[in-house]
Amino acid sequence: MLSIENLQFGYDKNYNVLENVSLNVGKGELFGIFGPNGTGKSTLFKCIIGFLKPKKGSIYINDTDLLNLPTEEIAKLISYVPQEHKPPFPYLVKDIVLMGRTPHLGGVFGPGENDLKKASEALSTIGVEHLANRPYTDLSGGQRQLVLLARALSQETKIMILDEPTSALDFKNQVKIWNILKKLTQKGISVIVSVHDPNHMLWYCDNIAILNKGKILATGKPEKILTENILNELYGEICDIKEYGDLKFVIPKIIFD
Amino acid sequence: MIKVDYSYRKKITIISISAIILFITVILSICIGAYNIPILKSLMILLSNLGFGTVEHTVQNTIIWDIRVPRVLMGMFIGMALATSGATYQGVFRNPLVSPFILGVSSGAAFGAALSIMFPFIPFSIQVSSFIFGMLSVFMAYSLGRVRGKTPLVTLLLSGIILGSFFSALVAIFQYIANEAQLKAIVFWLMGGLYHIGWSDLLTVGILLPIGVVAIWRYSWRLNVLSIGDEEARSLGVNTEKLKIILISLATLITSLAVSSAGIIGWVGLMIPHAARLIIGPDNRFLIPLSAILGGIFLIVCDTICRTITTGEVPLGITTSILGAPYLLYLLRSKRNVFFGGGD
Repeated sequence: MLSIENLQFGYDKNYNVLENVSLNVGKGELFGIFGPNGTGKSTLFKCIIGFLKPKKGSIYINDTDLLNLPTEEIAKLISYVPQEHKPPFPYLVKDIVLMGRTPHLGGVFGPGENDLKKASEALSTIGVEHLANRPYTDLSGGQRQLVLLARALSQETKIMILDEPTSALDFKNQVKIWNILKKLTQKGISVIVSVHDPNHMLWYCDNIAILNKGKILATGKPEKILTENILNELYGEICDIKEYGDLKFVIPKIIFD
Repeated sequence: MIKVDYSYRKKITIISISAIILFITVILSICIGAYNIPILKSLMILLSNLGFGTVEHTVQNTIIWDIRVPRVLMGMFIGMALATSGATYQGVFRNPLVSPFILGVSSGAAFGAALSIMFPFIPFSIQVSSFIFGMLSVFMAYSLGRVRGKTPLVTLLLSGIILGSFFSALVAIFQYIANEAQLKAIVFWLMGGLYHIGWSDLLTVGILLPIGVVAIWRYSWRLNVLSIGDEEARSLGVNTEKLKIILISLATLITSLAVSSAGIIGWVGLMIPHAARLIIGPDNRFLIPLSAILGGIFLIVCDTICRTITTGEVPLGITTSILGAPYLLYLLRSKRNVFFGGGD
């Protein structure tokens, strides 16, 4: 579905933020990008959605070359869920979600009946229809993240990219977001998500790519490639991997000293 | 599955009611003036000129049809234009506090007008010259206020204020070296007023202003998307750079047209969109029409006060400021978060 080949990006000539990044994401796959802070995860996302122009390499969705596509067309193929933040104006939740229909609008006047229906469905699928008439700026961080997810859903794209969707949320909302993402992949949407918690990778993602200092260390099934060696390389010797039945856990070392 | 209610009946009702109030304001304002004409008589004259009855060529007819009607209509269009451009700038710059006045557009446009008054050999009309300098100041304010890819409120407002006072200083130099006729014309720009408006002004500017307002309104959904943030807007398929240029140009065009016909009229572009947002919410599809209508009402009321409160004429810019300053103070004291923004 999405294939990235030898992507190279840097803000200036001498220094590259991303170096030879290649990865493939299949249809209906929950794909995790894992790596420490400042390792180029957000930069990679920005290259994919066309905010940043890479120096070298290619990005394709099936046979469509994304690098030569105008903003309007990219938005029909990929939706992007940024980390939640407050906009300056108190738009209602239902209107924020309706904004997801923007790439599909024909005329210049605004959304029509069909768009209202799609937005309304997206609100129900994510389970935030009870928030529809509240100002988006009054919501909690977790609620705002869910609303942004509903907006991306109403955009009706094959690929959805989420930048650390769970990092500012409480435990309950984290689990909720992951369950929703799983549900979306069952509908055939490919979901690419950057995460900080290695356990979330192990438990939820179909495939992952481990990114460190702008380079891909490994890609594949999380339970195969997320080994103690890799974690040591990323973070130093701070954690162990334990198994409980079929599940793997990454736990901090100090507890068992 | 709960069905989300996407009907906008309430908002449409609010807009319709304010449109009716605008209509009543126009009629009443035509009937009121320093020269006392009974309301019924005024209405008769108005109707006869609109084709319902025969026109009597009396002094009263001249006052109503040749003086008050164009003046009131022009006031309405200018109020609409200033409020619409204010709402547009606020959305584009993602800030509920910017206005044509604060961004230096008004001063730039006044400088352009003064320039073509002082040097009539410049091959631009007053309108074109004020548009060019209006554009120049808004783009200068924006680029000077931009720090590392972002445009924080403080630097944007400061650069607007700096540019505004720079252009005002240039206008002051013109005032100093101008001859009497030029001085009179320049002082007019600085104070703002509608006393000289006739049908001929209405035929040019009065047609272009509503066209500009409607043109902006057509982009109102995209303006909504733009106002939540550049990157998000782009991920939703909006070509932000192109849209910004279109919207800023249109807003500056109607501001400059308004300034070149009625001088600098402050506060309307800041206060009216803000009041409209409190009434109808931030959705520009409804905010822009409501701002335009309220702007029309506000300016007609101010101008009617100007021409009736004393035997002479009070400059329009003075009335709008006297009414506008307390409103802004009220916002400052009671709704601080508006000033410092709801978000980052």
